[in-house]
Amino acid sequence: MDDIILKTEDVGVIYDRSIVALENVSLNVPTGKLTAILGPSGCGKTTLLKVIAGLIEPSSGTVKIRDKETIGPGPDRALVFQDFALLPWATVLQNVAFGLRAQGVSKREREKTSLTYIKEVGLSGFEDKYPHQLSGGMRQRTGLARALTVNSEILLMDEPFSAVDEQMRRKLQEDLLELLKIENKTVIFVTHSIEEAVYLADQVVILSGRPGSIAEIVYPEIDRLGEIDLIRRQPRYVELVDEIWSSLKSYVE
Amino acid sequence: MWELAGRADISIAFPPFSKVAVAFVSMLFNGEFTAAYADSLPPLLIGLCITIIGGVIIGVSIGLVRSTEWFIMPLLIIFQTAPVSALIPMLTYIYGISDTAKVVAIVILGMPLVALNSYKGIQATSPSLLEMAKSFRASWFDTILFVILPSAQKMIFAGLRLGVSGAFIGIVLAELLITPTGIGDLITYNRFVAHYDKMFATIVSILAVAGLTLGGMSKLEDLLFPSEKNE
Repeated sequence: MDDIILKTEDVGVIYDRSIVALENVSLNVPTGKLTAILGPSGCGKTTLLKVIAGLIEPSSGTVKIRDKETIGPGPDRALVFQDFALLPWATVLQNVAFGLRAQGVSKREREKTSLTYIKEVGLSGFEDKYPHQLSGGMRQRTGLARALTVNSEILLMDEPFSAVDEQMRRKLQEDLLELLKIENKTVIFVTHSIEEAVYLADQVVILSGRPGSIAEIVYPEIDRLGEIDLIRRQPRYVELVDEIWSSLKSYVE
Repeated sequence: MWELAGRADISIAFPPFSKVAVAFVSMLFNGEFTAAYADSLPPLLIGLCITIIGGVIIGVSIGLVRSTEWFIMPLLIIFQTAPVSALIPMLTYIYGISDTAKVVAIVILGMPLVALNSYKGIQATSPSLLEMAKSFRASWFDTILFVILPSAQKMIFAGLRLGVSGAFIGIVLAELLITPTGIGDLITYNRFVAHYDKMFATIVSILAVAGLTLGGMSKLEDLLFPSEKNE
């Protein structure tokens, strides 16, 4: 049995008193693993991630980290945003350092830490560039570096690669896997791409739409120890993508 | 164009450009401008300070504290849309023929524009950036300083430019309608005595002062926020 770092218990979210976005979501997230939340658009997957991040208060149920109930954002979780959420008037370095600045870390200290992570995500040389001077992929690397600086155990990613083109997405996915070999993180990420979920995740949580609830949980058990670019050729990978698609089909009109 | 139209004898109230230029230079050196601006500038400066500081503070606070919105917004919108020249006789009634009346006229014309734009700038802060700040547990103060204010900066400066133009309208209106002193008096007087070249020279001078002020503000903005230039 894996060690569970985070769990949601019967989480439900109701908007405007009548729109049920999530219903009875109980989910266990194992430590150090990658959990993907997969589902058609409008199924509440981003809502679930934001509940976990502490940005949305659930109407019912709780989020527990190491069996302790948590309310609101905490130092144990860092979020990577779908739209990058970079400050347009700040340089890459200033953006990456934002999380540390918010925690009151001194300028010298936060710049030192930030530079380490800027290097780690492959953005060396771009420290003084502004977001509008960067490609989508580089912007998301900036967002990722910012989330890494605060050194939280859990990394939450909201469709992190959906706003970049296909080639860049593959590159970012591969780099993420490489990065996670160095950084010991628990990752929860939201995606609408079956391929992405199977490729990256140890646990794929499939949400059905309206109201969002867990339809199925799949464990890809794909061997990621070897060459990363060989993953997509494994028979198990191809099989799983097909399998998940056939079960997801019923929720997509 | 102006030179031709002036020479074409359409009206004696419309002098050619050359005459206005001559009048401008002579008024600049014979002390007429100096005297007029000595009367107009102090209330203008006081009015501008109140307009800028008060406007930004009001705009930013209603943008940040929603509970004040219902109370202040209607007032601002009324002041922004009201025909202010109609309010000016009332100002004379309350404040008499004084510099206070001028300052009030400036503030009434300028401040709502500054406040409304600052407010809109604050409101337009991207929700995703606010969510980002919240997720990193930035304090309220840090969020305002590092996220909300920089994001509203362009709108606030646009509001300041509008507000300053409004303030110039205010001072001239006040001097034309309330207190026959300063620039307004120079315009009125020269019209009465049919020195149209001098009247136009005065108008050109106030346009120049307003233009220079606004140009200076743009320069100041570039200087204070150089990164915006890259966009």
